[in-house]
Amino acid sequence: MEAVEELQLAPRAITVFGIGCYTAFAHNLDVEVVQALHGRAPSVATGIKRMLPDGFVLTVQGDGDMVNEGLQEMLHAAARGESITCLLLNNGVFGETGGQMTATTALGQRTKTSIEGRDPHQHGHPILLSDLAAALEGAAYVARCAVNNAGNVARTKRCITRAFESQMAGAGFSLVEILTMCPTGWFVDTLEGPGYLKDNLAPVHRIGELKAP
Amino acid sequence: MSDRELLEGSEAIARAAVAAGCRFFAGYPMTPFTELLEQMAVWLPKADGVCMNAESELEAVGMAWGAATTGHMAATGSTGQGLSLMQESLSEITNARLPLVVFNMARGQGDYFQATRGGGHGDYRHIVLAPMDVPEAVEATGLAFRLANQWRTPVMVLGDYYLAHTYQAVSVPPIERGAPERPDWALNGSTGGSGAAKIISPLGSGVDGEEGFDLGAHYAACAAHIEAMSAGVEPLVDAGFCDDADLVVAAYGSVGKFVRYACLRLREAGHKVGYVRPITLWPFPSEAVRDAIAGAAKAAVYEQNMGQMLDDVRLAVLGAAPVEFIGGPSWDPAGFGIGPDINVPDISQRILEAMT
Ligand SMILES: Cc1ncc(C[n+]2csc(CCOP(=O)(O)OP(=O)(O)O)c2C)c(N)n1
Ligand code: SF4
Ligand SMILES: [Mg+2]
Repeated sequence: MEAVEELQLAPRAITVFGIGCYTAFAHNLDVEVVQALHGRAPSVATGIKRMLPDGFVLTVQGDGDMVNEGLQEMLHAAARGESITCLLLNNGVFGETGGQMTATTALGQRTKTSIEGRDPHQHGHPILLSDLAAALEGAAYVARCAVNNAGNVARTKRCITRAFESQMAGAGFSLVEILTMCPTGWFVDTLEGPGYLKDNLAPVHRIGELKAP
Repeated sequence: MSDRELLEGSEAIARAAVAAGCRFFAGYPMTPFTELLEQMAVWLPKADGVCMNAESELEAVGMAWGAATTGHMAATGSTGQGLSLMQESLSEITNARLPLVVFNMARGQGDYFQATRGGGHGDYRHIVLAPMDVPEAVEATGLAFRLANQWRTPVMVLGDYYLAHTYQAVSVPPIERGAPERPDWALNGSTGGSGAAKIISPLGSGVDGEEGFDLGAHYAACAAHIEAMSAGVEPLVDAGFCDDADLVVAAYGSVGKFVRYACLRLREAGHKVGYVRPITLWPFPSEAVRDAIAGAAKAAVYEQNMGQMLDDVRLAVLGAAPVEFIGGPSWDPAGFGIGPDINVPDISQRILEAMT
């Protein structure tokens, strides 16, 4: 939201929220908001952007929302080069529903539905969403960041700003995946969160800019 | 009328929609809805509108949802399976109090319950119009957009293969370029940073003085709105020969037109039979149906299913007359609800049997 302000986008921004823990923010932001269903934010954002081509449209979704329930529509939005920015808050679990396995859960990661740890033979392999999206022609900007330390937070903000700039320049679809923490869903102490992210999520979902105009 | 053209139902409906101010449409091909999507792709750009060939019905309804939040008139549609896929969103769009028109080109009449009972999860209804032919569909399309805007709710136009694919001479209103004025509640980003940015949410958007994030209060407001629509939307019905009828037959949509014709022929042959054809299926025109049946000893319902509107007719009559079911599921081998079963001799035979 700082990036929205710095780019003076607030008076033209419409944010579409998916369903997850982040949904709680939907009512507390000073930008216009559309609350969508679990997984359905990219199609809703598409309808908005097509009718308001000068508007600035972003989605806020979790890994369960974007990579499980809504994978198809986010990939199609990217392939179409839809001029929207999607923010993926990837904590590797369904946080809101209490810590079950999602498509991004790392191998070996223990969740309520992979009690002994994610086993590729039983649960399959994690989907590396940003890598998948970056391969699509319509995607103009794709980056994966994390918020486990101050340096990464600053980098995340820089990436978000670049994604927003690419939307404003009409370059195409943009995605910023942000590795976030869910100590509750990881079953660790809050203070262990940053370390857990670094040791479990970050080695699988590698941080960096994957595609830039 | 001199300005009539011979048009296929799908083209007539698409043009009527754009003339009514529709500026966004998204759909996914499925018989018999496909041609409506194709016609939208032809006619919407002529009015600077947008038509999207969505990647599935889930996305089609999502896109229409997004477009609707901008205050532009949006529509989508499909057929049976596609409509089933859309239901999660249709129910939430209703609770988000957004106008939307949904064209349901059904296969036969098996989806009456889905159309009139809300169709998705939750405690809601939306307005349903069931025209019998192309000229009535043009009227219904204009009305659907007016009602959707007036009540801020999804409105369904329920048709079928016949409606989508019959050619009829019809007059459609002219299309004007540019977009109609957008309502105050619409989003355009401009309230961001004002301290009172707008939100449109199925969990409560502050419509009708509703406050804050209180789901109990929001659902109560939604229920009150449904009740207001139920009382305030004018019920539409077509009835004939009911005054001295011994038997009144109820039917809707294209099938209703066949039933109407069967009744006309039976009258000419001296049989005292009347018909009543609800055009608004929700709110159901209970009073008009009750009045139409009031003088008759008996009522019958003909529909192409196992008896769905039957329930509404029975509720309208509330035991005042016996209501017999004389319809049945379509035996069209293609599954489109056309062909052998919808024919006047067969329908007439069933009506005569119900009279004895
Ligand atoms: C169709 C549908 N299925 C399931 C749910 C239940 N549900 C709500 S939030 C959620 C998990 C969200 O996970 P994620 O998007 O990763 O967000 P997080 O809570 O982890 O931030 C689920 C499964 C739902 N709301 N809708
Ligand atoms: S810790 Fe996990 S479950 Fe708790 S609010 Fe954060 S994301 Fe949601
Ligand atoms: Mg998550």
